[in-house]
Amino acid sequence: MTVGTTYETPRAGERKGEVRTVNVGGMRVPYHLTLLERPDPYLDIDSYDPEADLMALNMGPQHPSTHGVLRVKLYLDGETCIKAVPYLGYLHRGVEKLCEKLTYVQITPIVDKNDYVSPMMNELAINMAFEALLKVEVPPRALFIRTVCAEIQRVASHLLWLGTFGLDVGGGIGGGATLFMHTFREREMCLDLFENLTGCRFHYNTHQVGGNRHDIPEGWDQKVKRALGHIASRVDEYEAFVENPIFKARTIGVGVIDPILAMELGVCGPILRASGIDFDLRRDAPYAAYDKVEINVPVETAGDAYARYLVRVREMRESIRIALTLLDGVPEGPISALKPVKGPTNVKPKPGEAYVSIESPRGELGTYVISDGSPNPYRCKLRPPSLHAAALLPYLAPGSMVSDIVATLGSLDFILGEVDR
Amino acid sequence: MMEGGLLFGNPWLHGLIMGVIVLSGAMGVAAYAVWFERKFAARMQNRPGPTEVGYGGLLQPIADLLKLLQKEHLIPRSADRPLFNLAPVLVVIAPLATLAVIPFGPGLVGTDPSIGLLFALAISSLMVIPVWMAGWASNNKYALLGAMRAAAQAISYEIPLLLAAMVPIVLTGSFRVGDIVAAQEGGRWFAFWPPGPGFFAFLLFFFASLAESNRIPFDIPEAESELVAGVTTEYSGMIFGLIYLAEYLHTFIASALAALLFLGGWQGPGPDGIHWMLLKSLLVFAVIFWIRWSWLRYRSDQLMAMCWKIFLPLGLVLVMASAIWVQLR
Repeated sequence: MTVGTTYETPRAGERKGEVRTVNVGGMRVPYHLTLLERPDPYLDIDSYDPEADLMALNMGPQHPSTHGVLRVKLYLDGETCIKAVPYLGYLHRGVEKLCEKLTYVQITPIVDKNDYVSPMMNELAINMAFEALLKVEVPPRALFIRTVCAEIQRVASHLLWLGTFGLDVGGGIGGGATLFMHTFREREMCLDLFENLTGCRFHYNTHQVGGNRHDIPEGWDQKVKRALGHIASRVDEYEAFVENPIFKARTIGVGVIDPILAMELGVCGPILRASGIDFDLRRDAPYAAYDKVEINVPVETAGDAYARYLVRVREMRESIRIALTLLDGVPEGPISALKPVKGPTNVKPKPGEAYVSIESPRGELGTYVISDGSPNPYRCKLRPPSLHAAALLPYLAPGSMVSDIVATLGSLDFILGEVDR
Repeated sequence: MMEGGLLFGNPWLHGLIMGVIVLSGAMGVAAYAVWFERKFAARMQNRPGPTEVGYGGLLQPIADLLKLLQKEHLIPRSADRPLFNLAPVLVVIAPLATLAVIPFGPGLVGTDPSIGLLFALAISSLMVIPVWMAGWASNNKYALLGAMRAAAQAISYEIPLLLAAMVPIVLTGSFRVGDIVAAQEGGRWFAFWPPGPGFFAFLLFFFASLAESNRIPFDIPEAESELVAGVTTEYSGMIFGLIYLAEYLHTFIASALAALLFLGGWQGPGPDGIHWMLLKSLLVFAVIFWIRWSWLRYRSDQLMAMCWKIFLPLGLVLVMASAIWVQLR
């Protein structure tokens, strides 16, 4: 495991070259991040300094930059936050309960709406769990299509993140909006590709138990190559747009995450990789067709919002490369191992349980299914990466200003649909 | 100045007629500045912008105005009613009063007193008081935070703004705007002559007035991703439109002042006149929009640090340098 690449642009006060790492539970952790002070998220606000003129500010659930309906109660001393309490559940739709009521065939379009920024990942995760339960071997062509789709989806998701992060840092009526509009233009290209493949732009319902529903149409691979090549050149433009002194002033040193705390809370994905932990399920526990391709995992050691930005932008490039590589090697053959089901109750796995996790754009997206032999799951537990990312907030907010809290919230990139389910 | 002389020889009558002309002109410019900004931003963002109302959306400002006039004027129950209603009116009065001493051409000014520039800067900085009033009277935490930020920012940036304006004053030896413009005769604009202090003073003035009029990258008081809408959070309808108008007027006045103090005002190659003044101030205006739609926002403490650690010393050095220039000349 190699940890400790440096920034392309050296930062003030940072040592160049290898960063000193320590071994924590088998993981190499950057030493300087282990020295961070960990604030008390359960601070008793009543016994806090009675002289301080605290103001309780409810940020959300209707607030421009809480990314949906998160409510954060902030206790502010002036503009400095003393304590932050996130309240979840404003978008709870009972998806896990619904999964128990619906059959294995019917669940896919429901979980689409969980992480509504990358629906393809939700479908993939839940169907992989069902396949593990049924012990079905998915044909290689379907695996390749799934992987290509997943990588295009990752690009689309990170593009959306970059745009909304611009809104958080730069404002909806300013430079941030310009960035937002431009990233959405490229995201639209990804959605067009999906529309071409599945007929839907967003909630695809293209994965099914045992394989895929839609085969690659004529000329789709050419379209993918053209679109992804286009996006790759645009990513360079975004870097030129974003990497200015103001963006760096707003993100460097903001929301620095201690990787040990992050691992304790179960945070993974780009957030953890930006804190110096080299961990990516695509490489470390390959699923679908990821074992057919070399995967470079971008790692940063600063742990701040700027590092998370760098990790995501590099992941975008890496995803484009993976998708293009895999697209050239899509084998011929069937796209589904099972015959098309005649009725929704046709799929009946034997009693048992399965846990499958995939690397979604936000981290480890896990699905735990228990079957009792009936056409619907006995229990279906989803492990959303966003929930764990949101758990970081009470540790990150104290001591920072309101502006920094907004930048931190944006850089964590959690999707409330997935947090509340 | 006043080489054009007073209209009808009566300062009161002259002030009245010119006041009406300048005010209505400035209001029109402010209204169409919104249209221009929307088009400009839209082209930057790969979209067409307003197209529906009139040719190229040219009637959009009027449609916006009509819409705002129809909207209900909501007052929160917990708001301080008199202050809440008074604040937007006072917010508009500050930039409108400033317009009295801003000449748009030879003789095209309400009045040109010997302390014109001082008056303009003093009155336009009064805007912070009604903004604070609006934030306080709204009885809303976001509005209060926004008002606090606005007050801190305006008070801090007043100093570099004044110091930057001191450079042309020192070079000219007069507070009268007409004299300052006259001193730049023959293309010796203060932004380029004397080389050095004038140019940096122009940049300093430009950025300080960006901060004064709450424009990106200094639009911290109304940072909508943090404070929803800052002081305007609770305002609706035309009373919100007044604050909006005041903001645009303030920006327009800042660019007009920059054109007068540093870019030779209404003088230019070819015949002098209002066309040069409008062209120059609208050019500065467009640069402000350009910056607005391409830069991100600073944090308030970074803004303060920049003011006190960079802008203020720079302003002092520039005033000294221009004083030395005047002595050595």
